[in-house]
Amino acid sequence: MTATRPDRPDLPCTRAESCVVACAEAWRGAGEVMASPFGTIPSLGARLAKLTFAPDLVLTDGEAALMVGALPIESRAADLVREAAMPYRTVFDVVWSGRRHIMMMASQIDRTGNQNLSAIGPHHQPKVQLIGVRGAPGNSVNHPTSYWVPDHSVRTFVEHVDVVSGVGYGRALAAGSGATRFHDVRRVVSNLGVFDFETPEHIMRLRSYHPGVAVGDIVAATSFSLVIPDDVAETRLPTPEELDLLRTVLDPGARRDRDIRS
Amino acid sequence: MSDKRTTVDDIVGELRSGMTIGIGGWGARRKPMAVVRALCRSDLRDLTVVAYGGPDVGLLCATGKVKKVVCPFVTLDSIALDPHWRAARQQGRVEVMEVDEGMFFLGLQAAAWRVPFLPTRAGLGSDVLTINPELRLVRSPYGAGSPYLHDPADADVELVAMPALHLDAAVVHTNRADTAGNGQILAPDPFFDPLFLGAADRRFLTTERTVDNGRLGDEGPLGTVVLHRLLTDGVAETPGGAHFTANPPDYDRDESLQKEYAASAGDPDAWEAFAARYVHVSEDEYRAHVTERTERAAR
Repeated sequence: MTATRPDRPDLPCTRAESCVVACAEAWRGAGEVMASPFGTIPSLGARLAKLTFAPDLVLTDGEAALMVGALPIESRAADLVREAAMPYRTVFDVVWSGRRHIMMMASQIDRTGNQNLSAIGPHHQPKVQLIGVRGAPGNSVNHPTSYWVPDHSVRTFVEHVDVVSGVGYGRALAAGSGATRFHDVRRVVSNLGVFDFETPEHIMRLRSYHPGVAVGDIVAATSFSLVIPDDVAETRLPTPEELDLLRTVLDPGARRDRDIRS
Repeated sequence: MSDKRTTVDDIVGELRSGMTIGIGGWGARRKPMAVVRALCRSDLRDLTVVAYGGPDVGLLCATGKVKKVVCPFVTLDSIALDPHWRAARQQGRVEVMEVDEGMFFLGLQAAAWRVPFLPTRAGLGSDVLTINPELRLVRSPYGAGSPYLHDPADADVELVAMPALHLDAAVVHTNRADTAGNGQILAPDPFFDPLFLGAADRRFLTTERTVDNGRLGDEGPLGTVVLHRLLTDGVAETPGGAHFTANPPDYDRDESLQKEYAASAGDPDAWEAFAARYVHVSEDEYRAHVTERTERAAR
């Protein structure tokens, strides 16, 4: 396991670890809501948040139950302690009640937070068929929604997504109060930085750049123009406690480094 | 009491080209694969398949049975995308009505409840409404001044009117069933199988094992018998009937065979070899080939 970065020997953490902490921060202050992370890094982030500053988070076992505590990412099913049943039919009760904050992946995301999971190219005959819209349309207009993009580039951060699956701010506004009432696209975490929409026009803003990343790298890897505050800060470093939890408890096999190299 | 026992071949014999067929399960989990394989071998065509899609959709597309798919996704779970589905879509061989997972659920629910639509926020603002231009919105009749208006933001609100997804037939796979047509799902999630059956004119179960009426309580708590006989017309005992998808507690997904299935997309020779061993064969031959394959791998 790489404990320090070859390019930044002063840093105590890897890029993957910065990403985990950035994902965890999305759930700060969430209270008793279902955290639904997709992908290794967001899953570690949700578990880290639950073990530290967001103890009331509700996590599922990835199948049909809520699980007690926050077990290591590579836990066997037999080790899970379950507290309640949560079949998919019931998940929709949670989604539509708003008591959930999901972090989905995005094959494309644009400057007002529209996300695409469906297809690249024309939908009637895609150039590349993706997994499908899944629950993204409903999630994004019913409860807080964040995104994780492990490969920040001009192909993933695009001016306009090809098929709007998760709904961004402009599209929600155009669709009316039914869409805006509970719409809340919170954060986008990429391998380069953290982004939000806390600007007057809900245009994507650089919230922080990960340690070891230059703002210029982020600008160059983004197809649209980001709002970049003059005082934009570095993504906070993990605390020693967080690093210890991550490395010795949640992910001793360093699965996080398979998603993001540094 | 009528005995609803039937066979996979008789189930498929009731289906016709052009029908809309619902397939239970989710992704590569508890799919009625024995019926899917029988459909692939049949001379049926131009089917509309309604499913939380997995290899059922991929196989039916690969064998040219499908005109249209209604789904929120197609996935093999442990393999994110089904390459057979991807190929069919990228070559323009199938139409798709792609909707949000919750819209899909409400479509089945509306059909099961015999109402033409159910309202939801899901879909608003998304391209689900542009890629399916026949979908309509509905305005809430409860405006300002109505005693039923709870949230002022909902006065005259416009929502998606998810249309009923009516099915000509539906097939789901269960761990156990009884001769009268009650079905038991011992796995932790029944998914939306009760709604697939409720939305359909002709309703079929396949099951690992059939027991006498009244004996399902011996197999597990009565709460796991989520498919009652008012929802079913026929039950076919098909051990391994969900293979190679996951069907706990009876068996896990056969990841190795699923990998071989996925790898056969885009390679005509590999697909021909796969189909010859695992599609264009009887269920007995299928099971024999799977056993042979497992033993070969163990050597």
